[in-house]
Amino acid sequence: MTKDTKNPPIDRVDGRMKVTGGAKYFAEFEMPNTTYCVIVGSEIAKGAIASLDTKKAAGAPGVLGVFTHQNMPPIPGWDAPVQGNGNGPPPGPPSGGEKYRILHTNKILFYGQPMAMVVADTFERATYAASLVKATYTKQPHQTDLTKNLEKGVTPKGPRFEDYLRGNADAYKSAPVTLEVKYTIPIEVHQPMELHGVLAGWTGDDKVMVYAKTQGVKGTQKSVAEAFKIDPNNVHVHTEFMGGGFGMGLRTWPQEIAVVAIAKKVGRPVKLVITRNQMFSLVGHRPTTVQTINMGADTNGKLVGLSHAATGETATYEDFTEGTVSMTKFMYACPNVSTKYKIVPLDRGVPIWMRGPGEATGAFALESAMDEMATKLKLDPIEFRLRNYTETDPEHNRPYSDKNLKEAYQKGAEAIGWSSRKAEPGSNRDSDWLVGYGMSSGTFNASKGGATARAVLNADGTLLLQCSVTDIGPGTGTAMTMIAHNVLGVPVEKIKVEYGDSALPNSPQQGGSTITSTVGSAVHQVCTSVKKSLIDMATQSGTPLAGIKADDLTVADGFVSADGDSSKKVAIADLLKKANLTTLDKTEESKANGKPDEQKYSMYSFSVHFVQVRVNPSTGVVRVSKAVSVADSGRIISPKTAASQMIGGVAGGIGMALTEEAVIDHRFGRIVNNNLADYHVAVSADVPHTETIVIDKPDPYINPMGAKGMGEIALIGFAAAVANAVFNATGQRIRDLPITPDKLLRTA
Amino acid sequence: MNQFQYMRVTNPKAAVAAVSKDNTTMFLAGGTNLIDLMKRGVEAPEKLVDITRIPLNTIEKTATGLRIGALAKNTAVAEHELVVKNFPLLSMALNAGASPQLRNMATIGGNMMQRTRCSYFYDTALPCNKREPGSGCGAIGGYNRMHAIFGTSTKCIAVHPSDMCIALVALDATVNVSGPKGDRRIPFADFHRLPGDTPQKDNMLQPGELIMSVDLPMNGFAGNSHYLKVRDRASYAFALVSVGVGLKMSGNTIQDVRLAMGGVAHKPWRLTEAEKFLKGKPATEATFKQAAELAMKGAKGHGENDFKLTMAPNSIVEALKTAAKTA
Ligand SMILES: Cc1cc2nc3c(=O)[nH]c(=O)nc-3n(C[C@H](O)[C@H](O)[C@H](O)COP(=O)(O)OP(=O)(O)OC[C@H]3O[C@@H](n4cnc5c(N)ncnc54)[C@H](O)[C@@H]3O)c2cc1C
Ligand code: SF4
Repeated sequence: MTKDTKNPPIDRVDGRMKVTGGAKYFAEFEMPNTTYCVIVGSEIAKGAIASLDTKKAAGAPGVLGVFTHQNMPPIPGWDAPVQGNGNGPPPGPPSGGEKYRILHTNKILFYGQPMAMVVADTFERATYAASLVKATYTKQPHQTDLTKNLEKGVTPKGPRFEDYLRGNADAYKSAPVTLEVKYTIPIEVHQPMELHGVLAGWTGDDKVMVYAKTQGVKGTQKSVAEAFKIDPNNVHVHTEFMGGGFGMGLRTWPQEIAVVAIAKKVGRPVKLVITRNQMFSLVGHRPTTVQTINMGADTNGKLVGLSHAATGETATYEDFTEGTVSMTKFMYACPNVSTKYKIVPLDRGVPIWMRGPGEATGAFALESAMDEMATKLKLDPIEFRLRNYTETDPEHNRPYSDKNLKEAYQKGAEAIGWSSRKAEPGSNRDSDWLVGYGMSSGTFNASKGGATARAVLNADGTLLLQCSVTDIGPGTGTAMTMIAHNVLGVPVEKIKVEYGDSALPNSPQQGGSTITSTVGSAVHQVCTSVKKSLIDMATQSGTPLAGIKADDLTVADGFVSADGDSSKKVAIADLLKKANLTTLDKTEESKANGKPDEQKYSMYSFSVHFVQVRVNPSTGVVRVSKAVSVADSGRIISPKTAASQMIGGVAGGIGMALTEEAVIDHRFGRIVNNNLADYHVAVSADVPHTETIVIDKPDPYINPMGAKGMGEIALIGFAAAVANAVFNATGQRIRDLPITPDKLLRTA
Repeated sequence: MNQFQYMRVTNPKAAVAAVSKDNTTMFLAGGTNLIDLMKRGVEAPEKLVDITRIPLNTIEKTATGLRIGALAKNTAVAEHELVVKNFPLLSMALNAGASPQLRNMATIGGNMMQRTRCSYFYDTALPCNKREPGSGCGAIGGYNRMHAIFGTSTKCIAVHPSDMCIALVALDATVNVSGPKGDRRIPFADFHRLPGDTPQKDNMLQPGELIMSVDLPMNGFAGNSHYLKVRDRASYAFALVSVGVGLKMSGNTIQDVRLAMGGVAHKPWRLTEAEKFLKGKPATEATFKQAAELAMKGAKGHGENDFKLTMAPNSIVEALKTAAKTA
């Protein structure tokens, strides 16, 4: 089989396990004598603990320890960069103050910061004891409002974040048609169903077992090993399944390290599962961000100048950065482009990447502005994009490895019924509802990292694949199965995939839409190597295939056979027997592609989103009534799980566009809607039938499968499509997400 | 959560006796509100008296209408034949609330007694006069997007969050309660109260009193009823504003009307002036608009909820239009 064939839609290989309870998530694991930990968080945003009364808690039934900054066991690698894991935030001093170390001093740097960790023999007893811990504080004035602190923005370190300029930054000002607009997005919080936490137990003096909720077991292994100055091989981390990550598991959080330390101290395994409320303060969020776009175009609809400035929040104790302005640099043909990216340290918990990350934030601004400019130019938004279409990457001055965005526009437009869109906003009415159509594009970097995979082909024709990668839900196991099947022709049901364990061969963390490319390449390589050995064995003299060239042979269904003459074949089982082998067992490392700047081609995945909305002008209610997402992300390895990814992107995108907002009461520096009744993720009733379309053409350069990532692009740009549709329906332009009924009534 | 005792009772007398003994004992019905409040440390009863085994879950015809037991589940009532046929407004309102799972657990009495969803009330780290009298009202000057525009006080601007209660107040329900001093009947419109200086008190129920049932008088509104709920997402969200309407039409003339609003006050808000105005008028958008204007007299925003001053009258008109059309 070659990579030019489209892949059949196979079922998710772990589907049955997931729906029958066979898939085990970190909190479901038990170790003998497990104890339970509950965190007591600070009730102020900045200052110091004046007093902390833990006596009552310590004396409560079942309590084994109350850990505070006064009695926290030392963590030997405390000063090593225990925060982040490989991909994590840059080490070095933060822009806003000093580094945060959990339970280390009495200083309070953010609301909800752990002040005490209570350990008891049951979760209920730990919870009760935690309620008995009482603190008094010395308060200091806090800053939690980004909009009031924009002037404190600093340009983060690193080449990715430097101010960017191509041509003349002021060119847009003198263009015949200009646009100057500001967009804001609120704090969004990942809030997957599965709560965050960790279970850790020491199995020897310098050996520890960790069941984590991490998007990379190797990253957690490294963080724990560094914190406790032990051999990484003595840190065993397991995360086979994850009940949703969306980015929150891309680092090891300080409380995880604290649990490992406490487990050592109490001499028993410790399990921490944080509360839903704590999910709003302890495990990151999408940072609130303010953006301005300045755009100039000529009367033919060609962009003359474009500038994009974004300022996002970070914590005082750590710099958080993301690619908010990246897309603006290369998405459209425009001679004069400038971008600026800044972060403002606030007295808040540090953000973390959330699906699509900065690119999703940036695309909301850029793709809304494109729609606004199209309106000014009286051009169809697709036509405006086509007039500024570029076949080469204007940022790097080189071709894209593969870009089929024109086809994506066309397919999406057909599917949504774009021809029913009325150019005049507010002119499409269906009884009491206004109907509107909107579209937008998205893009995200496509890459291939390094990873190692093991393949074990057994005499009975079954195949075992191993890699330490965690499947956070997109269907990594299914994709690996498909790739192996394509190379070795082993039937899908005879392939077993083992993953999510640090004892398995190396993989980077699951994030940034890279895993199908990265781990998939390793699987492809090791399977190719197995195939080569089989062919070598099969073509030795004395076999029916002797002398036939490798290219003219096929490996499938347990046989090596000659193309065009199926009578000439050798059973794999016989080959192994003859070689005195019970298995063919190989492990191979696939190397990362070079740095993006050293490439001949720019590699990106692209997406286009189309929505139809219905808006009730008297109540301000917006409903997405139809959604179409088109992915241009190379060869699709697993059509079913790919479609699921895209539908999930739409659900997340509707939340981002219409409902999700964590609200801080700045008088207290505290998120007030800190529960799932008040923080509104989109529910099923908000998500209409979603049509997913894939271009499904292999990228010739990225990896042997031609596959690129699609996790991020499924979300990137979607919110703008909704905002653009709302404008088309009503003539009201909402530049401040989410688009809730009150905003439409206010601007009406 | 505190340690607490749990006991079951099987008759109203035992329930009343257990709860009137001391003020740290509470009734437990479906638990969908009370248990949450206990987990958040807002309520800390020392004893829970589980009343779900008292046989008060029947829905039956009476001489004048319908009697619904206080322990009937929200789902059971919403789907009951007699309710769907005679009081569709109540069905619609119940089905607009919470989620199927919650409605399967929640009882009629518990729904009436549910506490406000004001964020400050739920968060013990923040001030709230309802939870802790004298600590201040966090919502005034704070996050008050969901809050009241009618009948507020300087102490509290919270709303009663129930959908069901909007239908019940519109449908002239009466509440039957049993207490240490005997039984009494409370008109539904007088059951909940405005916050005034004592926002800690949501309603007129006296300590130890148990809600037994709710009576609904027969009416002529079944043909033209509508419950409109405006919310931030399509399901599983509390109302920003809701409107319950029952119309009795004669041709295009409104013979009689019941109108109430939710999400706007500390109690289900009956729009009596608008009702009076609409009686005998033709069902036109113009009269609906005038009625809405009347209904809004005295409304006052608190910053973030100012949009309700537009949303509420618009919603009244929408709901009236839909109800007039439904026949
Ligand atoms: C996430 C979420 C979303 C929700 N959304 C909505 C919504 O959109 N609309 C809506 O209307 N509601 C909504 N609800 C609230 C729900 O309707 C209430 O929680 C439910 O009706 C309470 O009923 P219960 O039987 O569970 O009461 P419980 O929780 O058992 O009790 C609540 C209170 O009533 C008292 N009580 C119970 N029965 C009696 C009685 N017979 N006599 C005297 N006192 C009694 C209890 O002592 C307690 O104080 C939501 C709830 C949740 C958790
Ligand atoms: S509005 Fe009422 S419930 Fe809310 S904070 Fe103020 S006093 Fe408390």
